[in-house]
Amino acid sequence: MNLHEYQAKELFRRYGLPVPNGIVIQDKSEAANATRELAGNRWVAKAQVHAGGRGKAGGVELVDTADEATQFAARLLGKNLVTFQTDERGQPVRRILIEETSDISSELYLGAVVDRGSQRVTFMASTEGGVEIEKVAEETPEKIHRITVNPMLGVMPYQARKLAFALELNPDQVKQFAKLLTGLGRLFVEKDLSLVEVNPLVITAKGDLVCLDGKINVDDNAVYRHSDIAELRDQSQEDERENRAKEWDLNYIALDGKIGCMVNGAGLAMATMDVITLHGGQPANFLDVGGGATKERVAEALKIILSDEHVKGILVNIFGGIVRCDLIAEGIIAAVEEVGITIPVVVRLEGNNADRGAQLLDESSLNLIAASDLNDAAQRIIAEVEDK
Amino acid sequence: MSVLVDSSTRVICQGFTGKQGTFHCEQAIAYGTKMVGGVTPGKGGSEHLGLPVFNTVEDAVAATGADASVIYVPAPFCKDSIVEAADAGVPLIVCITEGIPTLDMLQAKAYVDQTESRLIGPNCPGIITPEACKIGIMPGAIHKAGRVGIVSRSGTLTYEAVKQTTDRGFGQTTCIGIGGDPIPGTSFLDALELFEADPATEAIVMVGEIGGTAEEEAAEFIAANVTKPVVGYIAGVSAPPGKRMGHAGAIIAGGKGTAAEKYTALEKAGVHTVRSPADIGQGVADATGW
Repeated sequence: MNLHEYQAKELFRRYGLPVPNGIVIQDKSEAANATRELAGNRWVAKAQVHAGGRGKAGGVELVDTADEATQFAARLLGKNLVTFQTDERGQPVRRILIEETSDISSELYLGAVVDRGSQRVTFMASTEGGVEIEKVAEETPEKIHRITVNPMLGVMPYQARKLAFALELNPDQVKQFAKLLTGLGRLFVEKDLSLVEVNPLVITAKGDLVCLDGKINVDDNAVYRHSDIAELRDQSQEDERENRAKEWDLNYIALDGKIGCMVNGAGLAMATMDVITLHGGQPANFLDVGGGATKERVAEALKIILSDEHVKGILVNIFGGIVRCDLIAEGIIAAVEEVGITIPVVVRLEGNNADRGAQLLDESSLNLIAASDLNDAAQRIIAEVEDK
Repeated sequence: MSVLVDSSTRVICQGFTGKQGTFHCEQAIAYGTKMVGGVTPGKGGSEHLGLPVFNTVEDAVAATGADASVIYVPAPFCKDSIVEAADAGVPLIVCITEGIPTLDMLQAKAYVDQTESRLIGPNCPGIITPEACKIGIMPGAIHKAGRVGIVSRSGTLTYEAVKQTTDRGFGQTTCIGIGGDPIPGTSFLDALELFEADPATEAIVMVGEIGGTAEEEAAEFIAANVTKPVVGYIAGVSAPPGKRMGHAGAIIAGGKGTAAEKYTALEKAGVHTVRSPADIGQGVADATGW
């Protein structure tokens, strides 16, 4: 689960990290007042969306007057912001963060992830702030300094100092950095984060550290134990169909192609997309119906797939392990009848009672095409969709 | 021969009397697995599926001499269950449960690593030595005792590999589902090491997917240490970056963990790769000359 920048900074503040003073507005009428309440005579206005690349896309602007702030809010609120990280429709802007500015002397990078290789939370810091860290890691890996955190201990102060010295901070900044990093380490563990980034972490002209931006991903598996975090979820930033699927415990991800997929198992669902691609087609989605492929869930899955108007055909790929394929076939037939599907559906059933399942599909009066294996299934649905 | 489990493996179940535990233990018993009891705190002294129920894993081990435990408890309680099994000295802990918080697993894994226990999973189908011992949720009927070792990050994709090697008459020594989570108890590398050392395993099938660098590490290990033919398939060639594809661990993050990179690494290590999961059986035939 992703958080907005303003939500990340609120968490930073709670853990003692230095962040600029700011006010979140939801209506342009609040913009002028926000600039009056904040100090200084220059502010930064930042559109709050779950996507990077906001600056280049016009979602971040320096404003010198209350009018300019109001104009910015009028221009962005209620609109969609398209950045290089979003799709062509962009992400809806429903809030704007207006912040005090500070004179920046240099920009650092600070981030933490769960590193799968070392099986530890790893903090990374670099003097190359403000840019994409992946690029720095690729081109000048020596400029990224790392510490790995023992899960039983958390961030040790010496580790924070070590990073601070590697960043060539002055003695006062080393103290600030150590406090900041241990706070961030506590936040990471206490709120079950999977990623946190402060990019940039700036050194102001006065020599103080300030978190100028904040990005937080929370581990979806752990949101259940943080009601405060669960409340921060912004469904407007998420795909509507993906959310509907979640309500039914279906795992759905929208893609760009014409062939809808319904599969049991995440690995097999990915593999089904791959095989469609391999044979020259394009999958319209990833969809894992999970273990209990009941009639109700199959019907709901088909409805979600069909709500994508680009879908011209559907490939159903079920490996019936413990569940019997004839029962699954009955479920599919009932669901297709209920939903009223007119486009071709290729069904590949494998496993328990697969023959009986295929027979049921053949005997039904519906436009269901039985396939023998996954390659065959992909070729059949591609042929059907290409003919149209 | 096989790896980790065989017909003499004595298995207990944590979360024994729950819906999942009950269903899958019934299946395991029907398959012939030597189930010897189960653990449900507060139900110690009772009987379930004709087997004794204990309050703690320690009690269960003391009374039954169990050398493996399968965990079906809900995700919020799995860290506790894994640590309890490790503290009771269970040599093999198999955690089937999906959806465990990653930071719980970081701690549980770090803890288990300090003990003699081995953890398989979580978020996995389990481990099976066909016709001898089934620990987990895989359908027993598609398996056949034989000569291919299978290791996989995905459940249903494992079944594809199993079905095809069964249909061709090759059969399996042992199939290990290492699971789709970012922090697996047993890695590809661990499984490859076991299969390489097992005389009955003549060929290895490895089913990977996008995310992380476990397949790349496995490739390095194969190049240096594995003499047996290895067939590899990686799911997720068509997966878009930044999207979690069902499994918590299946995500291309920061441009890393793509299927293309993994295929390249495996091929460099001499692994016989296939681009469609429907071709795994054929891949084994090609790699071995069977």
